[in-house]
Amino acid sequence: MTTTVPTRPDTLPEQSSRRRPVVPGRVLPVVSTFVLFVLLFGVGSVRYEGFTSGQVFANLFIDNAFLIVLAVGMTFVILTGGIDLSVGAVVALSTMVAAATLRAGLPAPVVILLVLAVGTGLGVVMGLVIHHFELQPFIVTLAGMFLARGLCFVIGVESISIKDPFFRALATGTIDLPGGVTITWSVVIALVIVAVAAWVLHRTRFGRTIYAIGGSESSATLMGLPVARVKVMAYAISGLCASIAGLLFSVYMLSGYGLHAVGMELDAIASVVIGGTLLSGGVGYVLGSLLGVLVLGVIQTLISFQGTLSSWWTKIAIGTLLLLFIVMQRLFTRRNA
Amino acid sequence: MTDTSSTTVAPAGRPGVSGDPVVAMQAITMEFPGVRALEDVDFRLFPGEVHALMGENGAGKSTLIKVLTGVYTATAGTTELRGERIAFSGPAEAQASGVSTVYQEVNLCPNLSVAENILLGREPRRLGSIDMGATRSRAAELLRRMGLDIDPGSILAEHPIAIQQLVAIARAVAVDAQVLILDEPTSSLDQDEVAELFRIMRHLRDEGVAILFVSHFLEQVYEIADRMTVLRNGRLVGEHLTRDLTRLQLVSAMIGRELGVLEEVERLAADAADAAEVTGGGDRAPLLEATGLGRRGSIAPFDLRIAAGEVVGLAGLLGSGRTELARLLFGADRADSGEVRVDGRVVSLRTPRSAIASGIAFCSEDRKGEGILADLSIRDNLVLAMQAARGWARPIPRRTKDELVEKWMTALDIRPKNPDALVGKLSGGNQQKVLLARWLVTRPRLLILDEPTRGIDIGAKAQIQKLVAELAAEGMAVVYISAELEEVARLAHRVVVLKDRAKVAELDGSASVDEIMALIATADGDVRTEQVAS
Amino acid sequence: MTSAQAAPTTHGPGLLERARGSRLLWPLVALVALVLANAVRNPGFVEVRLQDGHLYGSLVDILKNGAPTLLIALGMTLVIATRGIDLSVGAVAAISGAVACTTILGSADPTSPAAALKGIALALVLCLVLGLWNGFLVALLGIQPIIATLVLMTAGRGIAMLVTDGQIITVRNDFFAEIGAGFLLFPISILIALAALAAVALVTRRTALGLLIESVGINPEASRLAGLRSRTIIWTVYVFAALCAGVAGLMISSNVSAADANNAGLWIEMDAILAVVIGGSSLAGGKYSLSGTLVGALIIQTLTTTVYSMGIAPEVTLVFKAVVVIAVCLLQAPKVRERFTRRRRPPATAETTPPTRPRASDATFGTEPVAHDATAPKQKVAQS
Repeated sequence: MTTTVPTRPDTLPEQSSRRRPVVPGRVLPVVSTFVLFVLLFGVGSVRYEGFTSGQVFANLFIDNAFLIVLAVGMTFVILTGGIDLSVGAVVALSTMVAAATLRAGLPAPVVILLVLAVGTGLGVVMGLVIHHFELQPFIVTLAGMFLARGLCFVIGVESISIKDPFFRALATGTIDLPGGVTITWSVVIALVIVAVAAWVLHRTRFGRTIYAIGGSESSATLMGLPVARVKVMAYAISGLCASIAGLLFSVYMLSGYGLHAVGMELDAIASVVIGGTLLSGGVGYVLGSLLGVLVLGVIQTLISFQGTLSSWWTKIAIGTLLLLFIVMQRLFTRRNA
Repeated sequence: MTDTSSTTVAPAGRPGVSGDPVVAMQAITMEFPGVRALEDVDFRLFPGEVHALMGENGAGKSTLIKVLTGVYTATAGTTELRGERIAFSGPAEAQASGVSTVYQEVNLCPNLSVAENILLGREPRRLGSIDMGATRSRAAELLRRMGLDIDPGSILAEHPIAIQQLVAIARAVAVDAQVLILDEPTSSLDQDEVAELFRIMRHLRDEGVAILFVSHFLEQVYEIADRMTVLRNGRLVGEHLTRDLTRLQLVSAMIGRELGVLEEVERLAADAADAAEVTGGGDRAPLLEATGLGRRGSIAPFDLRIAAGEVVGLAGLLGSGRTELARLLFGADRADSGEVRVDGRVVSLRTPRSAIASGIAFCSEDRKGEGILADLSIRDNLVLAMQAARGWARPIPRRTKDELVEKWMTALDIRPKNPDALVGKLSGGNQQKVLLARWLVTRPRLLILDEPTRGIDIGAKAQIQKLVAELAAEGMAVVYISAELEEVARLAHRVVVLKDRAKVAELDGSASVDEIMALIATADGDVRTEQVAS
Repeated sequence: MTSAQAAPTTHGPGLLERARGSRLLWPLVALVALVLANAVRNPGFVEVRLQDGHLYGSLVDILKNGAPTLLIALGMTLVIATRGIDLSVGAVAAISGAVACTTILGSADPTSPAAALKGIALALVLCLVLGLWNGFLVALLGIQPIIATLVLMTAGRGIAMLVTDGQIITVRNDFFAEIGAGFLLFPISILIALAALAAVALVTRRTALGLLIESVGINPEASRLAGLRSRTIIWTVYVFAALCAGVAGLMISSNVSAADANNAGLWIEMDAILAVVIGGSSLAGGKYSLSGTLVGALIIQTLTTTVYSMGIAPEVTLVFKAVVVIAVCLLQAPKVRERFTRRRRPPATAETTPPTRPRASDATFGTEPVAHDATAPKQKVAQS
């Protein structure tokens, strides 16, 4: 293969650049999630006074910053075709580690590094076990969830409040945006993480390998991609995101408690699925997961604006949406199969 | 017939091919626990040639390829690439050294774009970020060089399998592959697509790439291959120039004649077969009659009549559609055209259950994947079909069960004679007998056997053939599929010949192996004339 | 391809039984060790005394508190046997308790047995529907079991809260209280759970159901080709699992005479899965062991009680559970087993599927000549 031989002169270069569908099929779920979000927000605007304010919109981010981060990590894992049930417990463990070490007098930067190391370390271990012993991700991360929850209570059974000035400052500090809207630093952190994750997934070989593994793990192996390393890294990233979410949650609650974030892994999974990521892996966007979180958030806001509806409707609504998107996915993949 | 194909390595080289081989494998032996998949096999591949690796299922083709690409480490023997001893750790390393493989199933990621599939893992980068524009243009250039008109930005899954296969080849050559291994790339392609593939193969060959081509389609091999190496039962049969070997010689070299089996079986089955000859025949009212039955991408519509007490053999090479035909008759796959009548009444064979209700039974060729339940005992495996037909609430009484198990274990000589032994631990032959027994206890009227004698020892082979003859003599209709044409010719009252996923001929029971082979080996159009039996 | 013939396998029933026994051996050893450890620390642990026709003692408490887990694990065993999983059982248990308690509270005479029966019946009917729903998603739509049941796991708690209007519903109904807190010498709850276990054992082993369930779990495709109604079977086990969860939910709420939609049956699905896994049934489906599940459930409850009696926060049990899950799963993992057995024995002589990546060192054991058809020992052909 030394020279380029034009075997078919009739194939002109112009011909190979061709039309693409206006809305590619794989973006459709994300688009529909976006439409759903706009609709829900619209419903709120029409029905409730004061719903259509920049601050209500900003609050969606403020109240769900940790969930956004969690969903980003979960997106990595689900894109490889796995699942991580441990994230809610890791959030709780992170709040607990942070609160306990701060109380013990460790400086905030050390505490933050420690929390990140614990979460990432747990993710790495789970990833290693999943890949090298070929165990189902579900059972391994379930054990991880038990472990993390249990460790919370080993540290302490009671809630520990956080009095560290840095954490307090983060919690109370706000950034003023034009239009009288304020956001917290957590929102900035969450959005930066979304941006970084999107870049990693779409513009690095590591990210593309994540998609490749989700598309077909055996193919990825045969294509000579570093499947083992990338798969373990996906769980490590999920653990890292969970510990960051845990830090944001400690800032949000200003306490560490073993019963924080119970069931939050389900919210994270639901956000990812509602955001259009296929549970079988390989297809999805971080931006979709962000939209998924916002949909959950707007439902919560709607219910609180309604006043007469109780909070459990949130769970039912999430479950129903989850079902809707899962069945949609099923029909989608069946047609393609 | 075997004498025409020498077992020594013939002098190499097609006109224009000269110099040293790019790949030289010597005395390769590959053993798995209890199985010797390759024994003392030599193989050479020269630059600028298309070399076909031929052999029936289990001949060792895939194993040889996997040894070459480092998926397996050979038990013995050496592999040289451009004169240097190598032992790859896996496909990734092989690829890096210029040995790329394209598999039968498209091993790409359907969820990614064409460009990414071609360049995944070596995308051009700028400042640590993948340069999407460069990725796309580099892929476009490569596709153009291969003469393919595909949008590199499109998602792979949007393209037909044929295009995906070509993209896989584009990926393989994108690494400047010097050796390109194509493992049955054509099995899911239609004629035009194959032509496109061959055009690209010739193009690459002319650029000096050595191509190893595996295909079950003889016509394709004769069209594209310069040389061929034939394997049988893990051993080298011979290395030949394609033009030196007639189709008939090739088929006989691939199928071969296992004299030991023949002697044993001939003696045992002869009398039973004779007995069957008297009773069998297609002149009676058919038990089952299929008209225009077919399934797109699987087998072209065909007609078939089977009478009670008749053995119909299906002959054809692997991939000829013989298994597909059987699966349609059993409802394992759903037909999309035609109808089936049993006893003159139209029946719907939508699921195996409905076929079973019509008295049809089917032993799959994939004994492990679709036959036995390895973790269950012989007893449970044996009564499973009968139990499934009765429903869960009506268990077979323990006594009846024991009697059935005892009767059939004795009748078929299943060993060990311990009904509690797990079927997964039995030998292949005994597993096959358990499967047969599973159906025989349901007293089917039509028994479909797909490769019942594959991978089992000679004694069991003979026993199973004898059993088939006897069952037919007792009035059971049997569809018998085997790659071993002697078996088909010996047992069948009628032989249906399949080729390229279509029924091409029907011969009567007196047809010899040579006649069947001739039919399989001849080019398409010549034999579309049906030679229907009495 | 010709394969080497296996040397006639000579496993007698004795060997087989021993192998089967060993699956239960380790869980049993663990259970006994746990009880003994407790007894050493506190001799009162194994004391059981009879008072007013009731048995009292820590062991009795273990039975009583372990009953819901056992019951749910029972349903889970069958689901897992078909290669499935049911994550929704905890939520279903909460719904069941909520429905029963609100019905009792809403009836004309909340203390009458009739009200209790009505509540129970209504709760179980609803659980039946929920089970049908799960089965529909898994068997008919073909959605992965983990995901399909995740829907109800998420929404189920919400439904339970909806039923109870977010309140903890307290009822005073003696009949209802018997289910979870009553005694007939033994705690009634464990009697119900054991009766269910016995019934399942009887039905699956006396009818062909057990065989069919295992077949579907071992090899779905082979089962389909053998004519099994795989879908119906899968559907049935999900309905049964939901019913078990329903009864367990009744026990939980009856024991405290209240329905707590938030906390009733929280994490019990994990305990149930754990019990099944400890009991030796593989998460990969197929063969299952009901007695193993019984032992597994008892181990979990004993562990919980032990941790509690040691004065450690009960939540710390989770750490132990995590360790046990990983240990058991690792022991079950084919990869680990492969390494384990390979070190102990030369390669099996029976026909086996080649490992995906055998090393040369593994394959050099077989030095006997290839068992080609022509050279294989000729077998006598039976005259049938």
